[in-house]
Amino acid sequence: MDSHTETPELQEQFETPAQQKEISTLGMWIFLVTEIMFFGGLFLAYAIYRREFAGVFGLASNTLDVVIGAVNTAVLLCSSYTMVLAVRAAQIGSRKALIVFLILTILLGGVFLGVKAYEWNQKFEEHHVPGPTFHLEGTTQQGPAQLFFSLYFTMTGLHALHMVVGEGLMLFLLWSAYKGKYSPTYYTPVDVGGLYWHFVDIVWIFLFPLLYLIARHQH
Amino acid sequence: MITEAVAEREHYLNASYGIKSWLLTKDHKRIALLYLHTITFFFFLGGIFATLIRLELLTPKGTLVSADTYSKLFTLHGVIMIFFFLIPSIPATLGNFFLPMMIGAKDLAFPRINLLSWYLLVIGGCFAMYAMLAGGVDTGWTFYVPYSSNYSNTYVIATGLGIFIAGFSSILTGLNFIVTVHRMRAPGMTWFRLPLFVWSNYATALIQVLGTPVIAITLVLLICERTLHIGIFDPSRGGDPVLFQHLFWFYSHPAVYIMVLPALGVISELVSVFSKKPVFGYKVVAFSSVAIAVLGFLVWGHHMFVSGQSVYAGLVFSFLSYFVAIPSAIKVFNWTATLHGGSISYATPMLYAFGFIGLFTVGGLTGLFVACLGVDVHVHDTYFVVAHFHYIMVGGTIMAYLGGLHYWWPKMSGRMYPEGWAKLSALVIYLGFNLTFFPQFILGYLGMPRRYWNYPDEFQVLHVMSTAGASVLAVGYLMPLIYFMWSLRYGPIAGPNPWGATGLEWRTTSPPPAHNFEETPIVTTEAYDYAALAAMEETKVG
Amino acid sequence: MKEHVDSIQTYTLVFLSLLFLTAATTVVATIDLGAFNVVMALFIAVVKMLLVALFFMHLRHSTILTKVVVGGGMLWLAILLVLSLSDFVTRGWLPVPGK
Repeated sequence: MDSHTETPELQEQFETPAQQKEISTLGMWIFLVTEIMFFGGLFLAYAIYRREFAGVFGLASNTLDVVIGAVNTAVLLCSSYTMVLAVRAAQIGSRKALIVFLILTILLGGVFLGVKAYEWNQKFEEHHVPGPTFHLEGTTQQGPAQLFFSLYFTMTGLHALHMVVGEGLMLFLLWSAYKGKYSPTYYTPVDVGGLYWHFVDIVWIFLFPLLYLIARHQH
Repeated sequence: MITEAVAEREHYLNASYGIKSWLLTKDHKRIALLYLHTITFFFFLGGIFATLIRLELLTPKGTLVSADTYSKLFTLHGVIMIFFFLIPSIPATLGNFFLPMMIGAKDLAFPRINLLSWYLLVIGGCFAMYAMLAGGVDTGWTFYVPYSSNYSNTYVIATGLGIFIAGFSSILTGLNFIVTVHRMRAPGMTWFRLPLFVWSNYATALIQVLGTPVIAITLVLLICERTLHIGIFDPSRGGDPVLFQHLFWFYSHPAVYIMVLPALGVISELVSVFSKKPVFGYKVVAFSSVAIAVLGFLVWGHHMFVSGQSVYAGLVFSFLSYFVAIPSAIKVFNWTATLHGGSISYATPMLYAFGFIGLFTVGGLTGLFVACLGVDVHVHDTYFVVAHFHYIMVGGTIMAYLGGLHYWWPKMSGRMYPEGWAKLSALVIYLGFNLTFFPQFILGYLGMPRRYWNYPDEFQVLHVMSTAGASVLAVGYLMPLIYFMWSLRYGPIAGPNPWGATGLEWRTTSPPPAHNFEETPIVTTEAYDYAALAAMEETKVG
Repeated sequence: MKEHVDSIQTYTLVFLSLLFLTAATTVVATIDLGAFNVVMALFIAVVKMLLVALFFMHLRHSTILTKVVVGGGMLWLAILLVLSLSDFVTRGWLPVPGK
């Protein structure tokens, strides 16, 4: 009795579908650990400079729209909710529900990115993009002020890049789901894609308070 | 008894033909050979830069090249040797080939990702070669800011991108190995029956996964700093150049353990098989590999004693650096105990193992010199440090790599290399190595700085000795290149177990079948159980 | 395949908690708690992270190995942050000029 003939998605090097699923999710978790360390370098830079330039960082942070930031956070959390429901749909074999939830996840991710683009554009118009035209009102420490925004753009930019990759992954999952490739015995890519999506959400869970909520009590 | 000739039997090399069967292979053994070609190319390329460096240093004043060009020579030597040769070397060739076989698996957990890893190394290498050919890079392999971010007019970004991409090759290999060792061991292959080579590669994989992403983000930040002037390392903006060094060395110190841990694993195998004894203190040696991996992450500041880092941090890093020497020393003691009372064979792999033990010990002991904050203040950035790390990397890792290559060559190719020539080149390499690098300890201690293209006249004698040694070393390295290739056509045909070694890879044919084992092995013996092996051979013959 | 299929109610509860915590962290930020503001913000973020990881990423049903992997990642991030910061925080502590 050969598992490989019964389940063609089972790759050569694995004995059973269960082993393939467990190993694939373990592989994704290890990849996410590398992502923790990758973003970690930026969080280190942030920690060092916020500690040193607390006042200017607070001033700079206050120019970010906290309502938009909070709403965007909620949008991303919604997308994680729809994502986990998509995985659940795959687990119980509801192809239609899986497709609907994947579409919702993609749309919500798109909203997040759209809002981000709007925010970045705001910063550009307010001359808060580091460079020759940069100026932050209310401080003589223009250098450290630029540092805040350098970190803001690098961190949210890297996050957005991961979101874009995530959207691509979701589109691939959607297409495969549409083609009927997933079932309760084989939905590993959905599971693994979900892990990636939730991780990118977790990064934002930290970015929001660290970037938007410095010294908000001064108003 | 082997009655089938190599040519008639199907194995991984002749199972399929054509370039697509190699470039699109999922077989870990073929991928290992792809890597072998790639890293051999980079080794000799890095060697060319080393040759030019040593030629320039024959005379106290500049002779061959300008100072700027000299900076490019040592930078490219370092970048190529570290990122494109040493880091992949043993794991990607010997590890890829033998780790699945040693645990009784058909392949790694993710064969397509394994192939992707190779392509990433090649693509990264292309970026680095482009940088080299377009004009080079002169920042030193350490890329310190603000020179690399603000002042260097060379191809920093292209080189940085090449290293970034090659870094993902390393990460994916590490990920693959971790999952494979955890989840794909054959029945009966418990953790403490694994060959120590597997333990070493596993520990190395941990470092690859945890450390490499940090240099990845460091290079991203460097590129952003250089192109967009984000200010993160720029004091005029409030940035701190020392932050770059923290981020850089957080990876680059553990990276040296990526480079040496697999070598330590090879030596454990060689010492055991060529004294026909199990490795003394197996569990301790196994745990010491993991200990090196973990402790190696806590000591990076010892590269930064004179950088402007706080004295308190320097004290902490210096203190912790002494601890990481302990597991390495434990291995050396355990190998010595293994040799004691063993039936020693002086085959070529064992010669390399002996060379390794002596040279690695010198390298390790001099590591204690530089771990001492007070001493390092004087020898930092001198040839003392250069000698220290070459004793480990060349006297250590490359010796182990060559030893492993000779040991496993019959298994990989089905042919034996010529023993006489091999012994001779091992000797040439050993002598050439010591003549090259021992004078550098003295040079450094006397004050010769590293990365300098000219020097006071009184250092010339030592430099000439070093260059003489380098030319001997070069000959020594070319010899295996020639005779290994020769052996592929003219070498005697090798049987499944020419060395009488334990280990599952020796239970299949040489070369192995495409799927490694005719049926999944069931493991019932401990590692290095030579008695059981002898008993098994007896029942086969009888 | 024996697998935990969490209920929609569980996921919805976690989701609503996450929304609540987002609102909470935003509101708390407007109250002056001095140095404690950062602590609160990070604490809430960690709770949100745990909710996403344990429930949405199914970590609570995962193998011990997976949990060790995640724990290891967090520990390594901590090593990077703490040991690096130990340099910056201790500059000027010892009576050595320029250090």
